Parts: sequence; C-alpha cells; structure tokens
Amino acid sequence: MMKRAWACAAALVFAPALAQQSPYADYQRMAAESAPIELFELGGEELWKKPQGPKNVSLEKCDLGQGPGVLKGAYAGLPRYFADADRVMDLETRLLYCMTTLQGRGREETTKRVFGNADQPSEMELLSMFVAGRSHGMPLRPGREHAKEKASYALGQKLYFHRAGPWDFSCASCHGEEGKRIRMSELPVLYKPQYARPLMSTWPAYRVSTSSVVTLQWRMNDCYRQMRMPEPVFASDATVALIHFMTVTAEGVPYRGPAIKR
Amino acid sequence: MKKTVLLLPAAAALVACATPVPVGERPKLSAGDLDQVNAVLKRDFHARGQASMERVQLDELQRACNLHADNPPPELARKLEEAQLQAIRFPEGGLIGDWKAGERIAQSGRGAMWSDKPGVQEGGSCYNCHQISPKVAAFGTIGPSLAGFGKMRGNRPEIQRYVYGKIYNAKAYNACSQMPRLGASGSLTEQQIKDLVGLLLDPASPVNQ
Repeated sequence: MMKRAWACAAALVFAPALAQQSPYADYQRMAAESAPIELFELGGEELWKKPQGPKNVSLEKCDLGQGPGVLKGAYAGLPRYFADADRVMDLETRLLYCMTTLQGRGREETTKRVFGNADQPSEMELLSMFVAGRSHGMPLRPGREHAKEKASYALGQKLYFHRAGPWDFSCASCHGEEGKRIRMSELPVLYKPQYARPLMSTWPAYRVSTSSVVTLQWRMNDCYRQMRMPEPVFASDATVALIHFMTVTAEGVPYRGPAIKR
Repeated sequence: MKKTVLLLPAAAALVACATPVPVGERPKLSAGDLDQVNAVLKRDFHARGQASMERVQLDELQRACNLHADNPPPELARKLEEAQLQAIRFPEGGLIGDWKAGERIAQSGRGAMWSDKPGVQEGGSCYNCHQISPKVAAFGTIGPSLAGFGKMRGNRPEIQRYVYGKIYNAKAYNACSQMPRLGASGSLTEQQIKDLVGLLLDPASPVNQ
C-alpha cells in the first residue's frame, strides 16, 4: 500500500493538467507526501472485516456491483443500478445498504454520524477510502444502460442547473463558467468532461485544510448548505443522481484517488 | 397511504427525466420537468436549522429562469425585471452609508445557512464573486470587478439609487443574474445595503483610491 501512496503523490506531481492549471501544485505535492491516506485505508479495511450489528457479520460479503465481496474495480463501476435494491446507488448508498441488510443494522444508527471531523473520520468515510483505493488506476465506468441509470443521469443533470432557495443558486452558479473563482478557489465546470475528469477521479479524499476525510456525499451536502438550501437526505436519489451525472460526465478517466485536496 | 401518494410524482419524475441530453450540454426543461424536479427536492431534502423546506418552493422569477436556462425571451425578461423593480423599497434621502461597515459586510459570507445561528446578522458574501477594495487579494471572479467603481461613475443620486437597487435586487436589472437578491431575500437590511453603497461610492472608500 505504501507503494500506492507514493504513486498517488507522483501522479499529483506529474499530472500535467494539475501542474499547469493550479497554483497549488507544490502545496499538493508536499501535502501528498505526508498525508495519512494509507492509514485511513487501513482503518477502513478493519471496519470492512469487523463483524457488526444484530447479525454479527462483517461487510466482506457486500456486493458492490462486481459480485459479493469483490473489491477490485468495484468503486470505478459506481454509481450503478442494483437489482436487489431496485435503484441506482453510489458507493456510500451501497455501503449503507449492506450495513442495513447484511449486518441488519438500523438506518438511524448507521446514518447518525456519516460525516466525521478532523479528530475522527466516520465509519462511512474510512470504508469509502478503503473501497475506493481498490480501484486505483482503473477507468471510471458508471452504469448508464439500465432505464433507471438513464433516469438517474438525467435527473442529476437537471438538478445541477436547478436554481432555488433564498439566493437563487444552482450548482452551476459556481460551477457553470470556465475560469472563474470563488475567493481564491478555482471552480471546475463539472458538467463538462474536461473539468469533471480530473475532479471526479480524486474522490474520496483527504482534505488538508480541515485535516479530514471527505466523500462525495459530503460534497453534495456541503454545497447545498452553502447554497442556503435545506439539507439533502444522505444517500437519497437526488444526491446519487448528482454524483452519477458528474461521474458519467467524467467517464473513462483512470481513478487516481483516494487523493489529497487543499 | 399518504406516503405512497406523496411519492408518486417523484417516481414519475425519475421516469420522465429519462430524455437523454448529451454530455457537456445544458438540458432544456419543460414545465412538467420542472414540477418533477421540485417533487424530487420535496421528497429528498429536509429542513435543518433555519433552512426550512419553504426554500425549495420556486417563485415566478426562479421558475422562468429555470425554464429558459437563464435566458428568457426579451419581452418576458423585461416583464420580470419590471416586477422585481416595483418591489424594491428605496429609502428616502441619501443612500451612502459607512464604507467601513460596508467593507465588513462585503467580507462576511455568513448567514442563512443551516449551520448559521438564526438571527445573526448576515453578510453579503460580496468578495466571493467580486474584486472590490484593491487591498483585498482574495476575491472571486464570477461577478465583474468593482475596483474604482465610484471613481469612474461619481456618486450623484441616480448612481446611488442604481447601486442600492442592484444590491437590493439584482434581478430588477438582469432577470436571471447570478447575483442573489440580497435585500428582497431579507438577507441584508436597509442600513447594510447603504453601507455597501458607501463602500462602492464614497470617495474616501479604498475602492475609489
């Protein structure tokens, strides 16, 4: 795994798009060299193998889309449609599904603390780091053939541009035009493949500025917070649809996370 | 039973949203599409703190901007702008407040989020999108630079009125502007908007140095 962490750091240094576009390239390189990605992945692996819940079983039989217990490449194939749940799921939604079905745990207990903090990442965040790490280097191939996958993509695309709330914001208010910034932050236009690819291939990630592990479900949640909207329900169709839409837009790019973010 | 009935429009939404739009393009919406997206928001979001579910309810202007991809036909745009302009409450007298207070309001990105304490005075988040005082390096670029704003335009009453109105309700001048309606939404008070007018128009403000 150590090798992987270094490969990740190297990818950040040598990825030409990053090095040329971002004034943070040096910062990211330095951060990558000392970031505890690997520790988070190990923490997630422990949780994956730990028997929990009324059924006292681990998640090792969880089917992430490539068959029960198959981790390799599973994250790169998400979000996708799952017949057993009859809906499209992203990684976190699927993990939640496995916790509530395989392990027999309650939704309330499993979603009580989905977003952690600098002191302690959540179970969901550590598991996400572990599972995503097993897709490193593999091209993102989210599902897009099933009718519900098509519907989810289309819904995500509409949500991306949907303006609402007291400040009339949509995702596109900030992520809608090329070359724009909020304060000093560069804003990727996530409905265009050339901007979605370098971004969607890095989540989940370790965020240096807050010393915390961040996932895509967290990103959706925190954007809606800043948009002055009510809170999206964790693992809801709306959040999955947005993640699905952006992942399809980034389709084909090799996954190079879990990564380091500013 | 009630739950099932509520979920029906959302389920219909998922099916009706399936018209494929190519990657990298913005979808065109029908009124039906918009109602269905709204049904999904009502189902998949919940109130938290001061961010109530009323916030997903669209007003006439938001509906029009969503339906026309922020580019309504000119006649509709004029009608929308006129209605927004009519609703602006302009105070009597001079509109130039305290630019120092205005600078603090422009800096502050607080307010109206579920993480903000209700009742705490909101900021304008102005620097998130605009260059304002040339002394502040961390400015956004979504909106135009406002450095030297008053120096170029002076500060006669019509200019004061325009700046006050623009901050109070940017949509009165550009129907689907990306700028929030800071006065109309109740985010900023009359005095706060005057202070921001001061920041842009007072000759002593760093904006005009």
